[in-house]
Amino acid sequence: MKRKHKESLTSLAILSPSIITLAVFVYGFISRTIQISMLDWDTFSNFMRKAKDYVWFENYIGLLQESRFQTDLWNTLYFTLFFILGCLAIGILLSLILNNKPKGGYFFQNLYLFPMAISFVVTGTVWRWIFAPGRLPNNPRGINLLFEQLGLNSLQWGWFTSTGNVLGFNIALIAVIIAAVWQYSGYTMAMWLAGLRGIDQQLIEAARIDGASKWQVFSKILFPIQKPITLSAIIVLAHVSLKAFALIYAMTGSGPNNVTDIPAVYMFEATFRSNRYSTGSAIAIVLLMMVGLLIIPYLVHSFKED
Amino acid sequence: MNDKMTTREKVIRYSILILFALFFLTPMYVLLSTSLKPFADVSINTMWQLPSSISFEGFTEAFAKLAPNVLNSFYLVIPATLLSAIMGSMNGYVLSHWKFKGSDTLFALILFGMFIPYQSVLFPLVQFMQSIGLYGSIPGLILVHVVYGLPITTLMFRNYYQDVPDALTEAAKVDGANIFSIYRHIFFPISIPSFVVVFIWQFTNIWNEFLFAVTLTNTKSQPITVALTNLAGSQVVEWNVQMAGALITALPTLLVYIIFGRYFIKGMLAGSVKG
Repeated sequence: MKRKHKESLTSLAILSPSIITLAVFVYGFISRTIQISMLDWDTFSNFMRKAKDYVWFENYIGLLQESRFQTDLWNTLYFTLFFILGCLAIGILLSLILNNKPKGGYFFQNLYLFPMAISFVVTGTVWRWIFAPGRLPNNPRGINLLFEQLGLNSLQWGWFTSTGNVLGFNIALIAVIIAAVWQYSGYTMAMWLAGLRGIDQQLIEAARIDGASKWQVFSKILFPIQKPITLSAIIVLAHVSLKAFALIYAMTGSGPNNVTDIPAVYMFEATFRSNRYSTGSAIAIVLLMMVGLLIIPYLVHSFKED
Repeated sequence: MNDKMTTREKVIRYSILILFALFFLTPMYVLLSTSLKPFADVSINTMWQLPSSISFEGFTEAFAKLAPNVLNSFYLVIPATLLSAIMGSMNGYVLSHWKFKGSDTLFALILFGMFIPYQSVLFPLVQFMQSIGLYGSIPGLILVHVVYGLPITTLMFRNYYQDVPDALTEAAKVDGANIFSIYRHIFFPISIPSFVVVFIWQFTNIWNEFLFAVTLTNTKSQPITVALTNLAGSQVVEWNVQMAGALITALPTLLVYIIFGRYFIKGMLAGSVKG
């Protein structure tokens, strides 16, 4: 028993640098952010005085009543939704084709994945140039220019500068969603492909012999088998979209009327550009809760399965 | 689904593959063709055309502006990658083969750090770095990336070591080996493939990272991602320079992907699949 005890102490000693730093950097800082979000540190002087006047949930209530933050929440909802749908649709389609091992499939597979290796900042910089609308109708730029050269002028529009809104969805987000889908659909493809390679071919052949159509094989066999993988992909993608700060920052910023604003961008501006530390902290905590709502059920679910 | 495909089906399949290839390559085309244009050639009206002559003017100027930041990124990424991998490996080893009461809970608490949006720690982090005098410096940014990298590296190594049978450690213990020598002689040598995966994963992530980089550095210590947004946000910088800058930023991680693609994909899947 004594030996066992000593072993545990050695184990703890090896882990201790990680435990201590993570205790401070994760748990300590989150607690601090929660505290600041409940103080009245929205002016630089209050912050400098380190005033400890708790206003509790006032900052949160204020945020929820603010039109910019409401826009942010709608934007996050629609961005996440269409980003996930886009990545799933394209990723699954490509994985099904590539799973048949067509000639040159390996080349295509690697091609679809390369955006995963580059920074959101690079993606944002390039797509910003592609989607910059120019001054319509006489001075189109980017993809609008391409449309003009192809004689497709009717397809020109303001892209990420457009202030159009359909049921709370700011259509300016379409440009950002395309850029994000460009970067992450290869990821869904790789996840699905890895799963498909593990499925017993005989199962599918048997179904085909029994007269199942390709669509039936997909919807009745492949999709149910791949459900856990699809769920993992959805979680990761939703997580990415909540953190899409770098993409928005490099590509569009908040945009006119905050059409492409998200909470992460607002948090950054509130905290580091306008000294509204408490508001910034409250946004950060809302973000944390959104991630928690997403991740915790998933983690509980997967640990139960183990 | 190995049934023989009709020609019609083949045509459809390849059309889809090629269509998406074009979608994925469009930004690369824009990047390459624009960055290789001479200054005289850079005009909005010709943005979709190939350069009339190949010129490296854009690259030369972008590199002159960004070279210090490229160096900063290397100074940041290499130590941060090495440290987070080594610590993650030790953690994963202890948490899979030297379990103690509460070690599984501890593992869960460590993993939590992987899921948080970093906004939720950002402001106290900045204040903390200022108070310990590491704000605005590369060592400070290294520390931050090591700490927030630990959950994922620990997870990756723990999953890898979990497949090593316990009997192996038990046998070594009987032979008088201790926790350190077992790591050094058994676990470290067999985990080289895992190290490669973790190195590539961390290298790519830290190189590409932006949020910490933009909030914790100053003009002198800015990594390349921050310098690129400054370059691209400037109204006076020509497009060929901006696109060349974007390519310079993307090049190291793209090379890693091209050379180590297989390991990159492994890391990507390991990073997302539950522990």
